[in-house]
Amino acid sequence: MAEVLVLVDHTDGQVKKNTAELLTLARQIGEPSAVFVGSNAEAARPRLAQFGAEKVYVIDTPDVTGALAAPLAEALAAVAEQAKPAAILLPTSGVNKEAAARLAVKTGSGLITDATNVEGGEGGVKTTQSAFASNFTVTSTVTTPTAIVTVKANATAPQASQAGATVVPVDVTVSDAAKATQVTASEPKQKSGRPELTEAQIVVSGGRGTGGDFSPVEAFADTLGAAVGASRAAVDAGWYPHSNQVGQTGKQVSPQLYVAAGISGAIQHRAGMQTSKTIVAINKDEEAPIFELVDFGVVGDLFTVLPQANDAVKAAKN
Amino acid sequence: MNIVVCVKYVPDAQADRTFSQDNTTDRTNVDGLLSELDEYAVEEALKLAEAGEGEVTVVTVGPDGAAEAIKKALQMGADKGVHVLDDAIHGSDAPATSLVLAEAVKKAAGGSPELVLMGLASTDGTMSVVPAMLAERLGLPQITQLSSMEIADGKVTGRRDSDAASDTLEAPLPAVVSVTDQINEPRYPSFKGIMAAKKKPVETWSLADLGVDAGQVGLDNAWTKVESFTARPPREQGEIVTDEGDGGTKLAEFLAKAKLI
Ligand SMILES: Cc1cc2nc3c(=O)[nH]c(=O)nc-3n(C[C@H](O)[C@H](O)[C@H](O)COP(=O)(O)OP(=O)(O)OC[C@H]3O[C@@H](n4cnc5c(N)ncnc54)[C@H](O)[C@@H]3O)c2cc1C
Ligand SMILES: Cc1cc2nc3c(=O)[nH]c(=O)nc-3n(C[C@H](O)[C@H](O)[C@H](O)COP(=O)(O)OP(=O)(O)OC[C@H]3O[C@@H](n4cnc5c(N)ncnc54)[C@H](O)[C@@H]3O)c2cc1C
Repeated sequence: MAEVLVLVDHTDGQVKKNTAELLTLARQIGEPSAVFVGSNAEAARPRLAQFGAEKVYVIDTPDVTGALAAPLAEALAAVAEQAKPAAILLPTSGVNKEAAARLAVKTGSGLITDATNVEGGEGGVKTTQSAFASNFTVTSTVTTPTAIVTVKANATAPQASQAGATVVPVDVTVSDAAKATQVTASEPKQKSGRPELTEAQIVVSGGRGTGGDFSPVEAFADTLGAAVGASRAAVDAGWYPHSNQVGQTGKQVSPQLYVAAGISGAIQHRAGMQTSKTIVAINKDEEAPIFELVDFGVVGDLFTVLPQANDAVKAAKN
Repeated sequence: MNIVVCVKYVPDAQADRTFSQDNTTDRTNVDGLLSELDEYAVEEALKLAEAGEGEVTVVTVGPDGAAEAIKKALQMGADKGVHVLDDAIHGSDAPATSLVLAEAVKKAAGGSPELVLMGLASTDGTMSVVPAMLAERLGLPQITQLSSMEIADGKVTGRRDSDAASDTLEAPLPAVVSVTDQINEPRYPSFKGIMAAKKKPVETWSLADLGVDAGQVGLDNAWTKVESFTARPPREQGEIVTDEGDGGTKLAEFLAKAKLI
């Protein structure tokens, strides 16, 4: 069976859930191998083995960190040359998409971004994606021998399938050209203690209707164990960081529950949330377009509705 | 400095976008326009040109109507335009688009460009991969998704935010740069700009003009093939209640019934 490479998403060897998802999907195409970039691969091995990685290619050089696309693309190309994989799967992210882009050009391979499913098939790897603000579901075939696919978080439920996870160190020499772009400073983001937006099962978002006061949104999110999102209007006003923006130019989320408070529901916002399983909105304006999408809507002031809902949920939980 | 800005002509996101018979973007039933996210790249180029001795050339690869995207950029203040127009390009995937764009950028810059600016993503394909592909093809450094940028001493420096960190990046010129919608506030074309745009030069090039073989582009030669598309079933509107002092309680009841809490 042909190998399928999965780029591991990890923090210092702690493997993220999306990697388990990708390894699970990889088994629908061929034999999964993990590609681990960074140090502490030993810490990652048990989890990679648990989800079916037969091999773990390890690239541990300071020139390849996963922070910049060009060196990462060269590293992946080196592994691909050795493994001749049927597919290379990467968790969707800004850098990973761009590394995939360079890799596609380098290796003459078709590229699909933001897939929600990947499977093997006659004539090439088959993928599913959303298009046009998630108004369409599109299926495609990659016609080149290797398919390069970036996959969205929560695409599938991880299923364990024990494998050997044999470590294969890979020597990568990064070209000077790929080293031309450098990170000269890095400020880590402050941790909110809340789940990550794209991985969260519940997201509570606030918009211009908050008037800059996100406290009822945050309080409700904390009661629900949710991530906090924001509309672009709220972000542009400086009320919330851009990394919390949901929508076309922010994060695309697909949680079990999405709560929109004081958000009108512009197409660009919908593009980031309309595949949520259940949608709830609170808005003063009964004509707000967000109500076209909702499973449950409250026409009212978020400053009275959210705190009351928060108390009621807390009471119900006890 | 010679600045080349790549801009894309896309169907209006506010309209009902759909696909054609051959599974490519339907451009006949939906109005097209300059991809909104490319306005930020045009604005940044204009600011750089205004601050120094720059000339701004906009390049697009697209069908007939794509001249509209060039026109808008010229109205904003760009100096000249290049439209790569060839029937053989129809249905090209991102790698093929970047191949054509790479040759067009080189020719437009008379060799190697000093700076190539692009948007974060197109508003139709929304892949965010063409800047990286173009950098790969041109053999230039990429410095992408910048929310602020500065050019000095032959280098471009900028800020890029990711989930984990806010990074400062630096690359030597020439480079391919992509910018986000956080970087600036694009200007509206002024009346003077609209009038001036009419006199600005726009060249139309074919694949032959660029020395690109038609067998490398287009639907039949694409490395990815759209097999089918299905409209997402419209969401059925659920229950809407008006808050009469118990809106929050009702919301919590809904969540409990739906087993979400
Ligand atoms: C290229 C491009 C990309 C974009 N990308 C994004 C994106 O990624 N994400 C995004 O969100 N937007 C994006 N936008 C912007 C988008 O078009 C809208 O402008 C934005 O989503 C509006 O945010 P909003 O709903 O918070 O504000 P508004 O549209 O102003 O809506 C505020 C809502 O709050 C309600 N309200 C006011 N007070 C209260 C109250 N006390 N209680 C309850 N309700 C109240 C109002 O009735 C109104 O419906 C993009 C736009 C462009 C052009
Ligand atoms: C719904 C949909 C899904 C698609 N899926 C795929 C896919 O999975 N794989 C694939 O290979 N192709 C795909 N395509 C085709 C792809 O969108 C086009 O080849 C396109 O020109 C390049 O990708 P993008 O528009 O997503 O660009 P992005 O990478 O999102 O664009 C980034 C920037 O590049 C510049 N740019 C992009 N295209 C042009 C252009 N033609 N002229 C000038 N500048 C440009 C613009 O500055 C733009 O802001 C898809 C198209 C659609 C409409």
